Amino acid sequence: MAILINETTRIVVQGFTGKIGTFHAQDMINYGTKVVGGITPGKGGQSHLGLPVFNTVKEAVQQAGAEASIIFVPPAFAADSIMEAADAGIKYCVAITDGIPTQDMMTVKNFLRRFPKDKRMILTGPNCAGTISPGRAMLGIMPGHIYQQGNVGIVGRSGTLGYEAADQMKRLGIGVSTSVGIGGDPINGSSHRDILEKFEQDPETKVVMMIGEIGGPQEVEAGLFAKEHMTKPLVAYIAGLTAPEGRRMGHAGAIISSAGESAAEKVAILKELGVTICPTPAAMGTTVAEVLAKL
Amino acid sequence: MDIHEYQAKDILSSYGVKIAEGGLAYSPEDAVQRAREIGGHIWAVKAQIHSGARGKAGGIKICKTHDEVAAAADLLLGKRLVTHQTGAAGKVCGRLYVEAGTEIEKELYFCFLVDRSSERIVMVGSAQGGMEIEELAITNPNAITKIYIEPAVGLQDYQAREMAFALGLNAEILSHAVKTIKGCYRALRALDVSMLEINPLVVTKSGELVALDAKMGFDDNALFRQQKISELRDKTQEDPREMAAADRGLSYVGLDGDIGCMINGAGLAMATMDMIKLAGGEPANFLDVGGGASAERTEKAFRLVLADKNVKAMLVNIFAGINRCDWIAEGVVHAVRKIDMNIPLIVRLSGTNVEEGRKIIAESGLPIITAETLAEAAEKAVKARNEAVAKES
Repeated sequence: MAILINETTRIVVQGFTGKIGTFHAQDMINYGTKVVGGITPGKGGQSHLGLPVFNTVKEAVQQAGAEASIIFVPPAFAADSIMEAADAGIKYCVAITDGIPTQDMMTVKNFLRRFPKDKRMILTGPNCAGTISPGRAMLGIMPGHIYQQGNVGIVGRSGTLGYEAADQMKRLGIGVSTSVGIGGDPINGSSHRDILEKFEQDPETKVVMMIGEIGGPQEVEAGLFAKEHMTKPLVAYIAGLTAPEGRRMGHAGAIISSAGESAAEKVAILKELGVTICPTPAAMGTTVAEVLAKL
Repeated sequence: MDIHEYQAKDILSSYGVKIAEGGLAYSPEDAVQRAREIGGHIWAVKAQIHSGARGKAGGIKICKTHDEVAAAADLLLGKRLVTHQTGAAGKVCGRLYVEAGTEIEKELYFCFLVDRSSERIVMVGSAQGGMEIEELAITNPNAITKIYIEPAVGLQDYQAREMAFALGLNAEILSHAVKTIKGCYRALRALDVSMLEINPLVVTKSGELVALDAKMGFDDNALFRQQKISELRDKTQEDPREMAAADRGLSYVGLDGDIGCMINGAGLAMATMDMIKLAGGEPANFLDVGGGASAERTEKAFRLVLADKNVKAMLVNIFAGINRCDWIAEGVVHAVRKIDMNIPLIVRLSGTNVEEGRKIIAESGLPIITAETLAEAAEKAVKARNEAVAKES
């Protein structure tokens, strides 16, 4: 099962023929992902990496049966590409692009809400490492080999910290059903909560690991959802214990700007909601192992 | 990116917001000249630094004579002002804004910001102005009105009226209030403003609505399409190290500890700093070197970390995804040889080509302490730091 993508998902790459798009498309293909083509406006009809190039996402959906897309388009044009994918009938889109203006993301979110829920594209990112269902498909820029296939779902804001979690788990023989990067921006396509909802419905996922950080309300919203609606255990780590208030820590969204947004406060609230907290970032693997052992 | 009060007022004024007459001064002579041009018998001499709460820090002087204006200017120019927003280092005042005194009837609080929960712009106001909104949110949350704006249609008149009434404004200035509020919103949308605060917004004794202070922050991700706003940047208000980092495409935040850090990825960087803290140390900085950590980039990052003279030990933690541990290791060896480091260096590599990377470090002959796991790396860094401090004393 896994969530969002698997070995049959037909994937296209937006920003296919650029340097970054080419590099990662090849990597995704090497991993065994079913990439069926790409989009570069003006290069329609050409062939790239042995796959067809389309002018529009609509053509890719009609002619190649594209279901999911990944975006490597520069920040100034990325919001437009996301909306094009949604309008063309793409079901799931990962936006890798870092640096999309906040107002553009507000427009994107507003645009997506206009679609009825059953026709609405799911977006994860921007500013993320993507999504991987180990052994099945990779829609992202992560090193695929560090993930072992298994039954722990991972959702996180950070790329490399997510790798760290997967690596700690692999060393303990623990595998991953799907790992989803939701990105470090203040306004993102899917929240932690949105992804928890998917993991709760996935029969293969037994435990979910949430990797959060300072800033914003999403970790606490996810904790509330877990308490009310989840049967599966939720493990969490919140990064940024040492982050000072009002300073942006790399990610556009990693800033403590109001009450409840510090790591200590989020940890306290999540504990209260019954979430298992990893005491240190070095204990993500062992904490998940303990929770799995109790099932 | 933040801008100064006078710059924010200049922008808002062009969007129909009323401000008091004022002018910029770089010297006491300038300040007196501005006061003369403005006329009247009372002036406010205001330090221009990128921070709120300037009044409490002594950055705003009310003057009744030209001599007082000159004296206030002399005192404030070059002065380091410390507020809770600037941190202990404070910010140096390099320019002044001289403004006509305003007779205040009533002080209000007004701002716009991006609400991450609803993913909309929210307009926040309170009839109890002058104090800080964080304080008011705790002491009297019912005195705060929040109105959320639907992005597709924008701010509507009825919402502006609702806010005006919540601010306790009377019918005579209602239309002016609506114009002021809508002007602020138009500026926000047109210029990619991420935060706009007018505290206080005042009703004058003559019944006008005036922005007595103004603070604006802009979305850094949108500066590529806001050329005029980018030009308002005042580099003297920014941390020189953070600025140097940004110019090199690195993300750096200076902190008060003494263990320097170089990490790839913002989340892993925060987690590594947490680990240092949990091991009993204090990180000296946040530094994300990003995905493509080339030898050149690594060297720049090392120089940046080591420019902080408090640093007693340095920890490098790289999880190689798209880049490779052997490339990183070569970069680190190159940087250490070139820079001639004299503090302990702890390196933890993980991910793609980790064995080759470790081999390069081991065979370099350099006194680099290596670690396999995150926990081990933090413990070794704290231990090396403690030994270095013990040796000093």
